[in-house]
Amino acid sequence: MKYSISVLGEDERFSCNADQHLLQGMQAYRIGMPMLRLIPVGCRGGGCGVCRVRIVSGDYEASKMSRKHVTEQEQAEGIALACRVYPSSDLEIELAPRVQVEKNSE
Amino acid sequence: MRKGVMRPGHVQIRVLDLEEALVHYRDRLGLIEVGRDDHNRAYLKAWTEIDRFSVVLRQAEEPGMDFMGFKVTGPDVLQQRKQELIDYGCVVETIPAGELDGCGERVRFDSPTGHFFELYAEKEQTGKWGISERNPEAWPEALKGMRATRFDHCLLYGEDIDGTSALLQQVLGFQLSEQVLDRDNGDLRVAAFLACSMKAHDVALVRHPENGKFHHASFYLETWSDVLRAADLISMHDIPLDIGPTRHGLTHGQTIYFFDPSGNRNEVFTGGDYTYPDHPVVTWDAEQLGKAIFYHHRQLNENFLGVVT
Ligand code: FES
Ligand SMILES: [Fe+2]
Repeated sequence: MKYSISVLGEDERFSCNADQHLLQGMQAYRIGMPMLRLIPVGCRGGGCGVCRVRIVSGDYEASKMSRKHVTEQEQAEGIALACRVYPSSDLEIELAPRVQVEKNSE
Repeated sequence: MRKGVMRPGHVQIRVLDLEEALVHYRDRLGLIEVGRDDHNRAYLKAWTEIDRFSVVLRQAEEPGMDFMGFKVTGPDVLQQRKQELIDYGCVVETIPAGELDGCGERVRFDSPTGHFFELYAEKEQTGKWGISERNPEAWPEALKGMRATRFDHCLLYGEDIDGTSALLQQVLGFQLSEQVLDRDNGDLRVAAFLACSMKAHDVALVRHPENGKFHHASFYLETWSDVLRAADLISMHDIPLDIGPTRHGLTHGQTIYFFDPSGNRNEVFTGGDYTYPDHPVVTWDAEQLGKAIFYHHRQLNENFLGVVT
């Protein structure tokens, strides 16, 4: 199942499978287009915090992530690390960075 | 001047899921699983290491490094260094033998960059894994994954790297082997590579606004083709790649970086420079940092610089 993901303030959206985390969906190949860099990419293991986002609307599953970057309460309020988020509907998200790196990953 | 600190002996790494982490460190890196304890910890070693373990994985709510331990030459040296650490002003804690399975008494101390280090003199010696002590064969055939040969060093991030360097040099006899200086900033030291042995480094420090951060734990491979083979395994198992295979300017090691399932960075590398006590410090300029870190691309990578646990 493919869902459509949009990032607040960005025109481009991307699609993401239910068994892919958001960064995998974002980095998928698109014919003739540069790779999307809407969300910063770091460790892809829920550890470094650079991909921190807030889910504005939609349903998703989140796997275990560092409590240093997302507290239990924040998680209940929709904060998550994008590399640990698996969509189960279309999602609208916004960046919620606390650790700053530029969006220039490979 | 060396002070009886021999080598990095262990690192305790926090992981989000112990079973997932074990698959990574055992089956991908190729470390040998040697046991578990009742504190949710798993113990592993690389096959050429003679002591019982070198990597301890602890399941926790946030990844990162708990501490890095160095082995000293004997119990007398341990007590001397402990007293000197106290005199130097460190917060020193003595951890009784057996708290880590098979490890003797440990002397744990804090550092200006917020990292915890340990010294210990004794650990159960189980010998190299899979080969006999007498007439040893070249390598054991049963190795898995990248076949890491030893835990080699850690790179740690924090603010006052001069403070931690001074502590390691003055109290523990480390030698500054390489450094990065920022000429535009009054030669501010941006990175310090320190050796207690003949290696290019046994621990490295990079200046960073947040203290106590863990950049990577590194493991040694035998050859450049083993590094390329590690890269193949990283693709085969869809392991998040950071960068490489490439060469560093600093220490000139040939290397590849990737992440464990909890986002802790690992390195496997081979080759590189060596350090004798009379070697002058090798200096790189911060304006050349791209080449200093990635000798081929010669371009800084924000992820490598900024992503830590
Ligand atoms: S990329 Fe590091 S937490 Fe998501
Ligand atoms: Fe390294």
